Amino acid sequence: MRQVYIYKKFERFWHWSQAALIFFLALTGFEIHDSIHLFGFEKAVAFHRSASYLLLGLIGLSIFWHFTTGEWKQYIPTLSKLKDQIHYYTIGMFKGDPHPTIKSAHKKLNPLQAVVYLGFKLVMAPMVILSGILYLYYKSFDVNDIVVALDIPLEWIAVIHTLGAFLLMSFVVVHVYMTTTGHSLTANIKAMITGWENLEDEEDARQEENKSSKN
Amino acid sequence: MNRVIIYSIVVTILVLIGVNLLHRTEPMNLSQYELKQKFASKVKPSVDHSEFEILQQHFKTPQDVTEACLTCHNKRHEEIIHSSHWNWERVAYVEGKGISKIGKKNVLNNFCIGANTNEQACAKCHIGFGMTSNKFDFNNARNVDCMVCHDGSEEYIKGAAMAGYPDRNVNLSKVAQSVNKPSSVNCGSCHFYSGGGNNVKHGDLEEALLACDRNTDVHMAQNGINMTCVDCHTGEKHNIKGKLYSVSSTDVNRLNCEECHTSKPHLDDLLNRHYSKIACQTCHIPTYAKQNATKMAWRWSESGKLKDGKPYHEEDSLGNHTYLSIKGEFEWGTNVEPEYFWFNGNASHYVIGDTIESVPVQINKLYGSADDIHSKIYPVKVHRGDQIYDPETNMLIQPKLFSPEKGDSAFWVDFNWGLAAEAGMKQLGLPYSGNYDFVETEMYWPINHMVSPKEQTLSCEECHTQNDGRLASLSGFYLPGRDRNNWIDLFGNLLFWGSLIGVSIHALARLINSLRKNEVETEEIDLE
Repeated sequence: MRQVYIYKKFERFWHWSQAALIFFLALTGFEIHDSIHLFGFEKAVAFHRSASYLLLGLIGLSIFWHFTTGEWKQYIPTLSKLKDQIHYYTIGMFKGDPHPTIKSAHKKLNPLQAVVYLGFKLVMAPMVILSGILYLYYKSFDVNDIVVALDIPLEWIAVIHTLGAFLLMSFVVVHVYMTTTGHSLTANIKAMITGWENLEDEEDARQEENKSSKN
Repeated sequence: MNRVIIYSIVVTILVLIGVNLLHRTEPMNLSQYELKQKFASKVKPSVDHSEFEILQQHFKTPQDVTEACLTCHNKRHEEIIHSSHWNWERVAYVEGKGISKIGKKNVLNNFCIGANTNEQACAKCHIGFGMTSNKFDFNNARNVDCMVCHDGSEEYIKGAAMAGYPDRNVNLSKVAQSVNKPSSVNCGSCHFYSGGGNNVKHGDLEEALLACDRNTDVHMAQNGINMTCVDCHTGEKHNIKGKLYSVSSTDVNRLNCEECHTSKPHLDDLLNRHYSKIACQTCHIPTYAKQNATKMAWRWSESGKLKDGKPYHEEDSLGNHTYLSIKGEFEWGTNVEPEYFWFNGNASHYVIGDTIESVPVQINKLYGSADDIHSKIYPVKVHRGDQIYDPETNMLIQPKLFSPEKGDSAFWVDFNWGLAAEAGMKQLGLPYSGNYDFVETEMYWPINHMVSPKEQTLSCEECHTQNDGRLASLSGFYLPGRDRNNWIDLFGNLLFWGSLIGVSIHALARLINSLRKNEVETEEIDLE
């Protein structure tokens, strides 16, 4: 085991500001949905819209970062060890089995994470973002002060946006819980805050693996 | 841990800064100030009618005044003779009826029912002299009453049941010399008192507007911009802008808020976007009848009760009649929340001689729906009641109500519905079976006046809520906050709470597992 600098500064900034924005958007969004009462409808709408612009900006930055750094490759899903990973979370960890995959700066995500996060990026986020943009500009005015008529009924836009929000909220619940399944309860969260995490040495791990396969 | 704290503080501050930057406090709405500026200076007339010799005479009849007017304004009577204020009807295309004439001459209402056969009394609000029956000559310019609209002395009043002639005490010479642009008093002399008393019919037009503050009406407030009716209801060649849907049926020559306030009156883009579907009145007139009560229901079926053979009346604590032997039973309302309907500016009416298709009978019907691009949601006063009809011909009956003396079949003096119905229908040339009954009716009055100060406008939550909001009864569209897809909500809730329960069970299992392991370890230690 040794300290590894796994999450870079931008990555941490992106992660936590996105987390804060999503949390804030959920609060205001479900107020607009008349599920909770916090700021009042008018303020909730105003806050929700402001925060959504911030989130759009942030996501723009993060997409740029992912592609310029090559980090996007982290999300390429692999089938190998996916089963092992599921087995670990459902059975293995109760027996005290070790993590089936090794976390490293090159491979931050286990196969299950990669699939779920890819789902986040390709399904949940586009769902709320695209429907959100349509919602934002629904019945807005064009340069001639004429209301832009959209053939998509508001109901469809709203329903997709709501569904996306529910998916995201469930994702957050599981995601937050899963951070406690690291080497210690808070190891993963600490890593996302400081950037440093105690990880098994890749070399050691490989040797161990070799040993066990020989046996 | 220090870094943790710093990071969370930084993130929180960034979010707050962002929200604050993008969420501006309301700056001044300049277009609003321009309008105030425009109406702040009151125009003085450039002519003084008291100096004209022709008006400095003793007028024997009101027609003489009209003739004097026409010596200078020698074509104005033609404009009047083409106006609906004079004709009590206008030509309109009506769905299902084609091009037809609609107006007080041939529609009914569910207040005093109708002017036909009662002209002697009802013509008090006709801009002419001598309408004693439906034989009135609408081409005689001598009978145009210029004074009722243009009197500037505030002394001109029409006599009760005098077929439109002024009260005998009116000093015609003084009135003629005072003529002016119509003031709110002129318009109000009829429009405030329609239905037999102040604010009876409209609910949003009443004498309180002559002296009110901004809480009652921001436009006409004495301590505000103090506008008069004709500041908005302008008239081109005596054709006054604005439509009243108890008698109007088409979306032409309407008067809309945006003529002054434009279609983007708010500084907030989101509020402006409501414009395409929500009439300004919907949010800006949260309640009507803010000063004096308006009639909400009128049941003619209760009329005709006598005490010791004599008609009587009952009043509520505010002095509003709750019962009149001649008219029946009433309900009144103050600060009434309107009902809301989709409305596109077109309406149809029950025209005398029509047969009843459904109950309650819609005396007038407002057209519009959520999927019609010309429709908006409007606040409406709905006046409900019952009134006399013929169950065999299925026609509403125009009864003869008024007569100066007994024995003329008029209900208000003879209290005999059968005779009143027969006399009324006979005069209209319509059949009457001899049987009468009472049928439920509804009448729709879009609310346009008594605009409240912006602090009192509807808040978002009054419509955007699941709990019985103002628009709860309207369907066919998605209203955020009010509407939801129940399946999506059910699925979403199951997923969210399911996830929470799932991770809780997983956590519990881990906890139990680790406790058990600890026990095993401690047992092992004990053995050693």
